[in-house]
Amino acid sequence: MSTPQEAASAKDGSMIKQKEMIAGHFSALTRAKAEGKKVVYTFVPGNITELLLAFDVLPVYPEINALQSGMRKKSGAYIAEAERLGHSEDVCTYVKCDIGMLKSGNFGPTGEKLPEPDLLLLSYTGCFTFMKWFELLKREYDCPVAMMHVPYQGDGVFTPEMRDYVVAQLRTEVVPALEALTGKKLDEAKLSEALARSRVAEDDLVAVLESAKRRPSPIDAYFGGVYYIGPIFTSFRGTEAAVDYYRTLRAEVDERVRLGLGPLTPDGAITHEKYRLVIEGPPNWTNFQEFWKMFSSEGAVVVASSYTKVGGVYDNGFRHDPERPLETLAEYCAGCYTNLNLPTRIDMLSRYVREYEADGLLINSVKSCNSFSAGQLLILREVEARTGVPGGFIETDLVDPRYFSAANIKNRIESYLQMIEQKRRNASTRAHAATPTVAPPRPAKKLEVLR
Amino acid sequence: MTNEAESGGAAPSAVDEVVARAEALYHDVELSSVQRWRDAHGGAKAVGYMPIYVPRELIHAAGMLPVGLMGGRGQVEIIRGDAWFQSYICQIPRSTIELALTGRYALLDGFLFPSICDVIRNLSGMWKVLFPEKYVRYLDVPQNYDPDVGGRFFGSELRSLYADLCALSGEAPSDERLRASIALYNDNRRSIGRLMELRATEPWSVPAWEVYLALYAGNLLPVEEHTALVDAYIAAARAASRPRRDNARVVLSGAFCEQPPLELIRTLELAGCYVVADDMALGRRWPEGDIEVTGDPIAAIAEAFITRSPATAARYEPHGDRGAPLVQLVRKSHAEGVVLAAPSFCDPALLEQPILQDSLDKERLPWTAFKYSENLGQFQVIREQAGTFADSIKLWSEA
Ligand code: SF4
Ligand code: SF4
Repeated sequence: MSTPQEAASAKDGSMIKQKEMIAGHFSALTRAKAEGKKVVYTFVPGNITELLLAFDVLPVYPEINALQSGMRKKSGAYIAEAERLGHSEDVCTYVKCDIGMLKSGNFGPTGEKLPEPDLLLLSYTGCFTFMKWFELLKREYDCPVAMMHVPYQGDGVFTPEMRDYVVAQLRTEVVPALEALTGKKLDEAKLSEALARSRVAEDDLVAVLESAKRRPSPIDAYFGGVYYIGPIFTSFRGTEAAVDYYRTLRAEVDERVRLGLGPLTPDGAITHEKYRLVIEGPPNWTNFQEFWKMFSSEGAVVVASSYTKVGGVYDNGFRHDPERPLETLAEYCAGCYTNLNLPTRIDMLSRYVREYEADGLLINSVKSCNSFSAGQLLILREVEARTGVPGGFIETDLVDPRYFSAANIKNRIESYLQMIEQKRRNASTRAHAATPTVAPPRPAKKLEVLR
Repeated sequence: MTNEAESGGAAPSAVDEVVARAEALYHDVELSSVQRWRDAHGGAKAVGYMPIYVPRELIHAAGMLPVGLMGGRGQVEIIRGDAWFQSYICQIPRSTIELALTGRYALLDGFLFPSICDVIRNLSGMWKVLFPEKYVRYLDVPQNYDPDVGGRFFGSELRSLYADLCALSGEAPSDERLRASIALYNDNRRSIGRLMELRATEPWSVPAWEVYLALYAGNLLPVEEHTALVDAYIAAARAASRPRRDNARVVLSGAFCEQPPLELIRTLELAGCYVVADDMALGRRWPEGDIEVTGDPIAAIAEAFITRSPATAARYEPHGDRGAPLVQLVRKSHAEGVVLAAPSFCDPALLEQPILQDSLDKERLPWTAFKYSENLGQFQVIREQAGTFADSIKLWSEA
């Protein structure tokens, strides 16, 4: 670990920039009504921020509010409030956290009251719950709803018919709703300019994420990764600020590579990378730092994760295309991680294990999210079988503190890392015993679920 | 036809016979009726589909038997299924996997997973991995109801599905056959419509569990046979002159996917509730009314979906809110209260429950809510809850 001074000085660059961007956004939201700016509530996966920028409206992401509430230890009370109002204990806690926050005054992450929406933009990508979430919000606010249904890639492809369907909805539902809201016509040139900026930032984000292929990895692509995706998955994609942020971030990461440094954590840098992991599933937010420490203290670095693809998969080559503004938005929405079918997710995670030379795949299965979680045990088995690395399985929740049992989770992570260690030892014993001319394929391993 | 009193308990009555046949199908977890159909049709193929809605006409027109799959319904022991799903996921995917892994679905050549929730959606991908030799397709349905937008998209999905199904069966695609299939399913929906009307007017003649069995039989029987079964049941039930009880008239809502055990449905009635409308086996009643039998048949199916689908949790409600259709259903069926029955861990049903409850409250319509799972074995608590609910409705209506 580095000294606290080093850790603090590392905060001076991109992190501070991001903090300022977020603070600026929330302060703009606070002033929105007074300044006559329109506010649109929408979702992270399948967000069409560039279009919102073209209309000069301000987005609010209820999911982000929920995760921020989790990090600020407020989610437990919000969820309790929603359950008191009749929301089932069985359903997604993001929804309940948001409803609870709303019923408790709707004070956002900065402690200031969030403005009410002028439009609910229901981008239905990758998760069925979104639709129900906005049906609930619709009752709370007297504002229109624009629905944009993005078909699921059930057969692993986004067909031209699907794309045309989404584009038609943009043309007939979403753009007219934004035009009616703002009294402005869509400025296609402005939209294309934003999309061009998205592209630049996307290139830099991919470079940052792929830096984890190096040894040691200069980043943690999960716990650190969630910070890196913040601007591009939310209100800032398509802005000059995002371009600047990702340029700075990339330069910082390049510098860490040059110096051979490991990832930064809240407790300093990891100086000895012992385990390289791929993680599938969202993180827990209520005990985020504690959770991270369970890995970093063991020298476990996450080199790739699926969660950092929920708001867009860019490492497969997708970039927003300013020449085809509406089509590119449709393709972006369809390509978000949870809109991909299970075979595609298995392929992607197996590829990560191989390309990032990971020692294992760990699944953090969150109770809230059927979109992610249903089928994860099959994903685990398949990735293990294809790559030969051991899989591990832990269960938490996004923002419900009742489902974060620290001692239990720590135990499981430790046993999982021991399993990797054991496997390494066995491999090196075998290597000493016999030196084959051709490396044998890694054996498929039996499903080992850490419960 | 004879009624129960006349039969004197000697020979089974006509209604008992129809119900017994339907009940045998309900318990047919091995799908032996499907095997018999295949044998009788020179080994023709069969395609399974999950709730809520698939256009069965397409499977039928491709010369195959559509087979509705509704989980284990508490009749299979889950051994392997639990290894595939976390504890916080509902039962139906577990029992469905169990049935498949134990070979009970081996005689099905294809599987359709319609858009209903993220669990069924992801199950389609699991199927692709676990059963690569089968035809597997996720069927997305539009949440946009503009005929030129959602209608066009659904039309293109249906065309590609029909082409796939014809490739699977070896039949040449044919509009003529499609129109003939639509006509048969229109007949079927009309018969079911008559049964629903009878239930709404004389619920004592057609107990909810019998109605459910009659609907369920449509999962397995060829469409003409199912229509005949429903018609026979209506005639027999009418003739049976069953006694009218002082039960409360309720709508049962939330059971559109994982099905409540038969015993639970029986329990509601024994506890004093006449179920006058419900959403169990909703796909049997989808769309509402006939599909056009002239012109482009695929466009006709898409149009019917866009304009005449029943309101349910899996469909976006563009106008008003989700509570309004339930209130309308209560009014239309002259119900006195609503039983909100949702499968445990069912996001679509449970997420909207506060909306439904609020809408019912605003209309001063009484409701009660509970969760179930398809393998529930104890009904005492629900019986007491439903009994208290029925009593309170009666007291309320007398006050
Ligand atoms: S179910 Fe998952 S993707 Fe959907 S809103 Fe909840 S956390 Fe987000
Ligand atoms: S019971 Fe509910 S959650 Fe489960 S598969 Fe059916 S719709 Fe989905």
